[in-house]
Amino acid sequence: MNFIDNPRKLRGFEKHLKVEKVSRRSILKGLGITGGFVLAAPVMSRQAFAYETGAGKMPHGVVVDPRVFVAVAPEGTVTIVAHRSEMGTGVRTSLPLIVAEEMEADWSKVRVQQAHGDEVKFGNQDTDGSRSTRHYLLPMRQIGAAARTMLEQAAAKRWGVPATEVKAVNHEVVHSASGRKLGFGELAADAAKESVPAIEGLKLKDPKDFRYLGKGQISIVDLHDITTGKAQYGGDVRLPGMKHAVIARPPVTGGKLTSFDPDAALKVPGVEKVMQVRGWPWPSKFQPLGGVAVIARNTGAAIKGRDALKLVWDDGANGKYDSVAYRKDLEEASRKPGLVVRKEGDADAALKSADKVIVGEYYIPHLAHVSMEPPVAVADVKGDKAEIWAPVQSPGGTREDVAKTLGIPEGNVTVNVTLLGGGFGRKSKCDYALEAALLSKELGAPVKVQWTREDDIHNGFLHTVSAERIEAGLDKDGKVIAWRHRSVAPSIASTFAAGTVHQAPFELGMGLVDMPFEIANISCENPEAAAHTRIGWFRSVSNIPRAFAVQSMVGEIANATGRDQKETLLALIGTPRIVKPAVKDMWNYGEPYDSYPIDTARLRKVVELVAEKGEWGRQVPKGHGLGIAVHRSFVSYIATIVEVAVDEKGKLTVPRVDTAIDCGTYVNPERIASQIEGAAIMGLSLAKYGQVTFKDGKVEQNNFDDFQVVRIDEAPLVTNVHIMPPGADTPPSGVGEPGVPPFAPALMNAIFAATGKRIRSLPIGKQLEA
Amino acid sequence: MIKVKINGQEQSWDGDPDLPLLWFLRDEAGLTGTKFGCGKALCGACTVIIDKEAVRSCITSINDVAGREVTTIEGLHPEGDDPVQKAWRQVNVPQCGFCQAGQIMQAAALLMDNPKPSHDQIREAMAGNICRCGCYQRIENAVHLASTGV
Repeated sequence: MNFIDNPRKLRGFEKHLKVEKVSRRSILKGLGITGGFVLAAPVMSRQAFAYETGAGKMPHGVVVDPRVFVAVAPEGTVTIVAHRSEMGTGVRTSLPLIVAEEMEADWSKVRVQQAHGDEVKFGNQDTDGSRSTRHYLLPMRQIGAAARTMLEQAAAKRWGVPATEVKAVNHEVVHSASGRKLGFGELAADAAKESVPAIEGLKLKDPKDFRYLGKGQISIVDLHDITTGKAQYGGDVRLPGMKHAVIARPPVTGGKLTSFDPDAALKVPGVEKVMQVRGWPWPSKFQPLGGVAVIARNTGAAIKGRDALKLVWDDGANGKYDSVAYRKDLEEASRKPGLVVRKEGDADAALKSADKVIVGEYYIPHLAHVSMEPPVAVADVKGDKAEIWAPVQSPGGTREDVAKTLGIPEGNVTVNVTLLGGGFGRKSKCDYALEAALLSKELGAPVKVQWTREDDIHNGFLHTVSAERIEAGLDKDGKVIAWRHRSVAPSIASTFAAGTVHQAPFELGMGLVDMPFEIANISCENPEAAAHTRIGWFRSVSNIPRAFAVQSMVGEIANATGRDQKETLLALIGTPRIVKPAVKDMWNYGEPYDSYPIDTARLRKVVELVAEKGEWGRQVPKGHGLGIAVHRSFVSYIATIVEVAVDEKGKLTVPRVDTAIDCGTYVNPERIASQIEGAAIMGLSLAKYGQVTFKDGKVEQNNFDDFQVVRIDEAPLVTNVHIMPPGADTPPSGVGEPGVPPFAPALMNAIFAATGKRIRSLPIGKQLEA
Repeated sequence: MIKVKINGQEQSWDGDPDLPLLWFLRDEAGLTGTKFGCGKALCGACTVIIDKEAVRSCITSINDVAGREVTTIEGLHPEGDDPVQKAWRQVNVPQCGFCQAGQIMQAAALLMDNPKPSHDQIREAMAGNICRCGCYQRIENAVHLASTGV
């Protein structure tokens, strides 16, 4: 194997050598149990994939090693490590379930243990990009199969029979010829002496024998704790002597503290100390913004103390950021040629010669994540060692950043991952953990930094703001012959590098250059846009504005040509084929194109599935309308039909939503349904209310009263989820994010059908009341 | 000295009488099941039951509950088997789970007041509790289930 061509693989290789040296003791200690698999022989191969994924190219790659992920105790309990973060997708259950399935473990005897941040040991831990199942289905199966094989070998030796005569079945190994059986626990010590089998030779279970995978009858492991208040989130960690802190941060991105007066704050009962927090100049990735921290015996006192602070800020260059003016700039830019990022045929000429040109200008504002748990972290820094407890999507990245920020070796940093009270991309940025680490170091005591909801909305890493302009040229038969899409939005890359004015390839690949329609003349352009606040990943990322624009335009074309929305959509998708956009190194969610191409046959099929199950074309009452949209993102295919009702006052309700998803081979259909149900709510929230605006550089919204999200009394009455049965060997693809993008355009198309009003600017707000 | 009974146990506080009950519960009494989501009674994550009524502990001062009886998620049922909790598990309501203690307390208070709420009554009673993951369909189903017997 040649690792030299890719430096990241080289790092992964070195890491593997280190894993071999881990002693029996440390593995057992690491898992915190007695007994277990402990092996002398190294596990080298991690390349024997039946399909290729981008997993190996992620920082620190993949570790396929039962010694790292599985332990069997002599009394029979199997402990399986979850190395990804749980934020509501169910991954903390799904990944260990895959291991248990392949290992023939009885799920009722499995205990899940959350990994701390250590990518050298566990492989990549970035829980984002809807990647966990797609990258880990096969590695987790291999880990389980390796563990099962070792248990079988141990039993065969004990009985003096060939290993081919024994079989693991539901937590036991059975020799059917003699009727002998041994429990996993009884075999644990012997199995630990077996060498780890080569991954290439592992026999994986036949999917028809699956007991758990694809069935959906297993509840999440934290269900009981969640319903009884025992589940531990970031702010629930309690350490002896722990202080409670809140921080006043610069109200304008890049602003600095000029002066502060702590006297009134210090008089608040319970407040113990007021101190400055170091800030980094903007942009500086995830480094803290700085400000003034109030330290108290409880969070209530800290908040009250912060309210009493007298603060003077220098707002700096972003003090003029104004969303009204900025929108004009973006829209102006979208009307002029920009950097061409995909070109096929001659869109300019075809638009000039077209019989009819339809122009749609769409606007999607900044959005805040507002996970129900605002950012929070606990840190205990002693000398050159740091321990963190935090709800982070990036345990490995957090460890790296804490080490760099404190100037200590990464090996001296322990990152304990709590449950995340929602993430949606906000908790991929560990700034709050860095703040806690800095404060703990200075205080010499454990400290919890709690963000308030206002902090979350004022000082987050917002979803970008964008103007999307599409021109579609039609010939005299109504066929679309030209497509020009200009997308103007500040890039997430601006949070990492000053002077960024163009979208990064990973943003362009989210619904702009990967547009799947069969059109002869295509031009995708990205005019310049500079950022004036911190831009970050938000669930579904750039797919939200792009799907909104593209799928709304499909509705506009249907209206202009007097055709059915679904038929117009299928005509645009065109023939079943693999789309090969003329884009150099097109970003494909980090996946190899051969395994995960843009397959219009699959795109058509989800449209047809949702149309059938969602009864497209059904008669709806007066004032109701149906809308449809489809979008491929995170290498999954999703189509949504929304039924809307708009009353005479412009009040909008959603009687029914149907969504079809093709996410390839899947693990837990029950959690897929919950993700898609939730995506409809998030889609409805951003469509109805979602916007963060700036004036004089400051965010104008504060809390759930002015940054509203959908509540239960506005939720769709019914959301039906239709999961496409996977084709043979269809690789798994994303679930967490792809449900959101098609919702808003399907709703807009439905509103148009109901009212004749075309909404091109989000949020809807009062637009229907006029 | 303020005295308050929490989950059947008497607790006392001689600090700031304006301290929100939420922070007394979480940071002074160590009952972290009650969550902080907004601090302004807008999201319901901090919901507790005081004398059979659902109350937002983030805007209720410790002084306001002096001498009264507070029930938090930890005290709803000794084994966690209140019909609402059981229904929540049967329907697999939670995604991230963070808002669910508040949702469950709100639903339990609703059923104390109205054992057979209608669809509209459920939606109205639960509208103060935000779930950003969007578990609303299941929340509604679980309240129905709890009201009809788990």
